[in-house]
Amino acid sequence: MSETDIRKVLREELNNIAPEVDIATVDPSADLREVIDIDSMDFLNFITALHHRLGIDIPEIDYPKLVTLDGAVTYIGAKLGASKT
Amino acid sequence: MAEFRMPSLGSDMEAGTLVEWLVKPGDWVKRGDIVAVIETQKGAIEIETFQPGQIEKILVNPHTKVPVGTPLALIKGEREAMPGAAVPPPAVPAVPVAVAPLARAPIEPPAAPSAAPHVRISPAARQLAEAHGIDLAAVTGSGPGGAITHADVERRLATAPEKKRAPSLDLNAMRTAIAAAMMRSKREIPHYYLEHQVDVTPCEQWLAQKNATLPPDSRLLIGALVIKAVALAARRFPAFNGFYREGQFEPAQAVHVGVAITIRGGGLAAPALHDTDQLSLDDLMNRMRDLVQRTRAGRIRSSELSDPTITVSSLGERGVETMYAIIYPPQVAIVGVGKTVTRPWVIDGAIGPRSVITLTLSGDHRVTDGHAGGLFLADIAKLLQEPAKL
Repeated sequence: MSETDIRKVLREELNNIAPEVDIATVDPSADLREVIDIDSMDFLNFITALHHRLGIDIPEIDYPKLVTLDGAVTYIGAKLGASKT
Repeated sequence: MAEFRMPSLGSDMEAGTLVEWLVKPGDWVKRGDIVAVIETQKGAIEIETFQPGQIEKILVNPHTKVPVGTPLALIKGEREAMPGAAVPPPAVPAVPVAVAPLARAPIEPPAAPSAAPHVRISPAARQLAEAHGIDLAAVTGSGPGGAITHADVERRLATAPEKKRAPSLDLNAMRTAIAAAMMRSKREIPHYYLEHQVDVTPCEQWLAQKNATLPPDSRLLIGALVIKAVALAARRFPAFNGFYREGQFEPAQAVHVGVAITIRGGGLAAPALHDTDQLSLDDLMNRMRDLVQRTRAGRIRSSELSDPTITVSSLGERGVETMYAIIYPPQVAIVGVGKTVTRPWVIDGAIGPRSVITLTLSGDHRVTDGHAGGLFLADIAKLLQEPAKL
């Protein structure tokens, strides 16, 4: 899965939670919980959706790595790469 | 013969619009079955019946606005409906008072199974599905006898990624409802406020350990622990769990914790998690997820709106540390939960970093005093020190 594909997945899943937000305008290094106003339940649903859609395991201890768009892209890219090998 | 009436879902509700029937004459219903959907200021609400029996007659057409208390349908009790039972005298047909009838079409006959003989679906749901080109074979029905309801089609729509569902919540109307309830609260309820800082490090450690082995859909949030602790404490302190009506306090038999849920764009609702004190943490978390999802999609059930016995309002993981909440009448207490922060804390004579939340209690001084409130709040804090026992 390319970085573009990962960003597309993230955009779709975040829009399921916050349909009114244009994810393209979100600072990729900003804390998603702040900039698109999602609470802990939303964030858990986001993680759950990524887990189901991409088949990757995201332990709770890794949550801080996924709170920015750039962080999430890097994390997911590494997870998907690791699972292929 | 019993009348199924337009329910009151709060002191601020005067009328509701019947949107859809999920049953038709002749259908059997059990206590708790969802029989209709109404539209109120709080969004679309699924209405349950408390009268088991057979639907005798539908009295109000869809898209009709009627005052609270208006008979919507007649339900024949189980014994009356049994073959061989004495035929009851015909009930005087109650005439619905149509405040603002939007449609005067006669009540549609039950959808005749024609094109798709195996699909049971309500007319409104069929209309919605057709409007969006939804394949009915792909929709799981949750209505009586597996019938596809409006909600089922909506859920299907919500999961179709390219389709943007129009929000079914009118946030302006919701704000008006919140304003009415809060004005009444501030006018009538003499609030007192207490605040208590609680070390929740034991909760965090316990959660980290438990969640580490679980897939995301089974993980717990600290909010579930706080709600359970409040429910258990409310059981032990019944003066905080119930309703103040007509000049006196009525303690509630059950503990139904209302959960304040924010809705994007500026909405707020606090529907109940039924029998919260009886739920395991896993069940409580599942119910809370479902409740939050349905509330934000504008699908709350009538009983969830009308019967919370105490409310918990949580600011979540962001925002500020302390919230002084306003009691939702006719309830008599609300617990506010601030965000978790790391603070220096004295444990066994030494200072160390701990995770701390600030709990507040807003109590109704007509029913309780600060002394009792302090014991109640301290009990919640104590329960949170042993999360494994919650």
